[in-house]
Amino acid sequence: MIFTRTIGLTLLLLLGMLSPSNAAEADLRAIIAKFATASNFSATEAVVRELAATGDTAVERPLGALAEGDLYVRKADSLVFIGKEGGGSVALLDPLSGEKSGDAAKSEITKIKVNNTLRRAIRDALGTLTLGAKDPAARIAAADTMFKTPDATNIDPLDAAIASESVASVKALLEQARAASVLVSDRPEADKLAAIALIGARGDRNALSLLTAVEANSEGAVKDAATAAIASINSTLALWDAGQNIWYGISLGSVLLLAAIGLAITFGVMGVINMAHGEMVMLGAYTTFVVQEVIRNSFPGLFDWSLVIALPLAFSVAALVGLVIERGVIRFLYGRPLETLLATWGVSLILQQAVRTIFGPTNQEVGNPSWMSGSFDIGQLAVTWNRLWILVFALGVFAVLLYVMKRTPWGLQMRAVTANRRMAASMGIRTPWVDALTFALGSGIAGIAGVALSQIDNVSPNLGRGYIIDSFMVVVFGGVGNLWGTLVGAFSLGIVNKFLEPYAGAVLGKIVVLVLIILFIQKRPRGLFALKGRSVEA
Amino acid sequence: MRGSFSTITKMLSAGAVTAGLLMSVPARAADDTIKVGILHSLSGTMAISETTLKDAMLMLIEEQNAKGGLLGKKLEAVVVDPASNWPLFAEKARELISKDKVAAVFGCWTSVSRKSVLPVFSELNNILFYPVQYEGEESERNVFYTGAAPNQQAIPAVDYLMSEDGGSVKRWVLEGTDYVYPRTTNKILEAYLKAKGVAAEDIMVNYTPFGFSDWQTEVSAIKKFGSAGKKTAVVSTVNGDANVPFYKELGNQGIKAEDIPVMAFSVGEEELAGLDTAPLVGHLAAWNYFQSIDTPENAKFIADWHKFIKNDKRTTNDPMEAHYVGFNMWVKAVEKAGTTDPDKVIDAVIGVSVPNLTGGYSTMMPNHHITKPVLIGEIQADGQFETVSQTPGLVMGDEWSDYLSDSKDLISDWRAPLSCGNFNVATGKCGGKGTN
Repeated sequence: MIFTRTIGLTLLLLLGMLSPSNAAEADLRAIIAKFATASNFSATEAVVRELAATGDTAVERPLGALAEGDLYVRKADSLVFIGKEGGGSVALLDPLSGEKSGDAAKSEITKIKVNNTLRRAIRDALGTLTLGAKDPAARIAAADTMFKTPDATNIDPLDAAIASESVASVKALLEQARAASVLVSDRPEADKLAAIALIGARGDRNALSLLTAVEANSEGAVKDAATAAIASINSTLALWDAGQNIWYGISLGSVLLLAAIGLAITFGVMGVINMAHGEMVMLGAYTTFVVQEVIRNSFPGLFDWSLVIALPLAFSVAALVGLVIERGVIRFLYGRPLETLLATWGVSLILQQAVRTIFGPTNQEVGNPSWMSGSFDIGQLAVTWNRLWILVFALGVFAVLLYVMKRTPWGLQMRAVTANRRMAASMGIRTPWVDALTFALGSGIAGIAGVALSQIDNVSPNLGRGYIIDSFMVVVFGGVGNLWGTLVGAFSLGIVNKFLEPYAGAVLGKIVVLVLIILFIQKRPRGLFALKGRSVEA
Repeated sequence: MRGSFSTITKMLSAGAVTAGLLMSVPARAADDTIKVGILHSLSGTMAISETTLKDAMLMLIEEQNAKGGLLGKKLEAVVVDPASNWPLFAEKARELISKDKVAAVFGCWTSVSRKSVLPVFSELNNILFYPVQYEGEESERNVFYTGAAPNQQAIPAVDYLMSEDGGSVKRWVLEGTDYVYPRTTNKILEAYLKAKGVAAEDIMVNYTPFGFSDWQTEVSAIKKFGSAGKKTAVVSTVNGDANVPFYKELGNQGIKAEDIPVMAFSVGEEELAGLDTAPLVGHLAAWNYFQSIDTPENAKFIADWHKFIKNDKRTTNDPMEAHYVGFNMWVKAVEKAGTTDPDKVIDAVIGVSVPNLTGGYSTMMPNHHITKPVLIGEIQADGQFETVSQTPGLVMGDEWSDYLSDSKDLISDWRAPLSCGNFNVATGKCGGKGTN
């Protein structure tokens, strides 16, 4: 083992000597080879520091790979490679040039382990190294890291970087990073005051964090300036917090809307107390899981499209199950709400246990497509992509449903049957089929809600349980039989909930919302938007 | 509805059993199996965690039978389904002991289910092996706790975060689901942190309901709390199902483990299996066992498990190891006592030492808790944990926390002269009361 490694090293060194221009590269390779012998985290960290100390930008590639956990040692010859997993094997890349140098099975290589301390060390090391990178995003990342971990020794490289920076936005970030470093250095007070002004103007949580530390560790004019800057940042952030609560409320509202909108049809329009509604949502989520499994195994390139493909399938699966339930159980129970409640409750248990038997009781992994991961900032407000898309989707589903109900012949028949069943029947509408299709539509909508909810919640047999109470709450609060009521109900409940949560906590907040709804229903038993007409009386 | 129905069936089946017993007395005398009860939910909310434990028990019993059984008899598993319904746990426990005449029961997950079966076990004098980490403040004669007490999980986890390796954390968020385990654990942790000199304003405690799925506000509160210029960490006692949306929100809002690590006590390999772990790399968990532990015992256990369950992707986890240890302890104690009589086994099992899966031996202590190593692991991209820290020796389970004023004077010793689970050393009397 050691013998082969020595040969490997010698070969590397020889290669280095053959091309004199790459003498530095040979040194780097010698250091990188030490990763193979580092037996614990602190030994690995020492190698990282040694690499960083060379100041060569070429170490960015191996260090970045190490932080990602992509750096491997080949067992046969103890050479260090960057590994990219693909299919059953791992493609090995040269750690410095990034050129492909073969494949290996997973058992032939060992991963070099990293922990948080090591990741931080790498991030700090990379921060200084990537200041001069060509890609502005890398420079921004570097400025960001240096802002978070200020160090007096950073000032000189930052000065150089600022002087050569051409992009204004990056330059501003670099100046803020420099200011942060000035604050922890022994520069004169005037410099520090200017730095505080610069950081105060940045006004985000990182600035606040930095200034709080400065306030605690300094005195005199600097401390006063820091206190003043903190106060001003806090008052701006308070405003953003209110905006954030509204956004969170809207986002929660969109989830409630999605979960409730199918119920607004089955319960709201048809008057069926459908306790198996949550299970339709669950079926939709499991359909998404199955679609993703098929895509993962057979068409990995299509993964970003998985949700789009799952939508029609989830609708069909849930609608079909809904149709079977209506034809098999519910149609015998119209007008007997208590029996319907018990029967659908039983159906929900059957569906849950069936899914548990087929897929197992554990959570299934439903991945987020790349366009639904991460977040972007509006000012100090972090908006996550998945929540934003779910909001858009919920509103889209609502619009389509509204169109179907109000503008299509089928919707007209549905409304006619709801308003006066016997009259509708005498006009030649086949009311049993309208019932069945309406129930299938409501179930199908619940199914596509499941596709969206699989992105933010557990995909487990219990998924539906969590939404059934909330769904009924929204429909009853909004007004039975009125789609607009469901929309307004969902969003107002969401916003009220999220405004209460920071003050009352999640548990108490939910209780307060429930009490408010009970009081409201006492006052207006038919909800926000009461439906007028004969059906209500019946 | 279900209650009354099952009462009727129970009455009917009780009648049938009585009739059967009367008729089959001679046949029963030649009974050559020892029955072992398995009391884990196979349906309802807790099925997600408990089904695996049922399978693990079946595997252990099968292996023991392959080795020739126990006392020359075969073991027979009796599986019942308490359906995540706490009163039903007590009912099913009674059924196992009175009707099926099991020699011992392995089961329960939540503390509330354990509390609900306690009276049954002391009334009918049987043995329960409880495999899950819990809040402590309890020690019963008929129960053996093979999961971690707070000092075998929570306290070492906090110590790790305070250490230089763990990032010298100065500010703490205690985030939990609103029920007895997180509340008691957080009470102990708060007292412990304050004893270590952490100021009250540097501790934030927050609770969310079961199955909570909208974590936006909580995660942004953590972000806010973490921007006070001091190293911050989250200690999470968030239970099962609520974890997936919690971690998804953390990932989406860009909270990285390098900045604000989350140390979890209820997240194991099983929970991570339902999650894309790439954005979570570096977040932590404290357990007494990880699937990634590299010992020959563990390699064999995992291979056996995959063979038994016929699925190479199924994970192993900490409570499974607790059952492994507990079951072997029971087997050894029965062999030592030469009988399955609960009184004799309860006495015999104290001091019994069996290999655990982390390369050491676990011993049953007189307080009915066991010794185990404490491991801190970081989540990896493949859904496994990488051990980053391990206690130098084994830690003995401490049932009555030293950091709560109610319980600091209490001890438990079930050996002959004392035989008390809540002996107050200050007053010298048996019968103290803990915190919950």
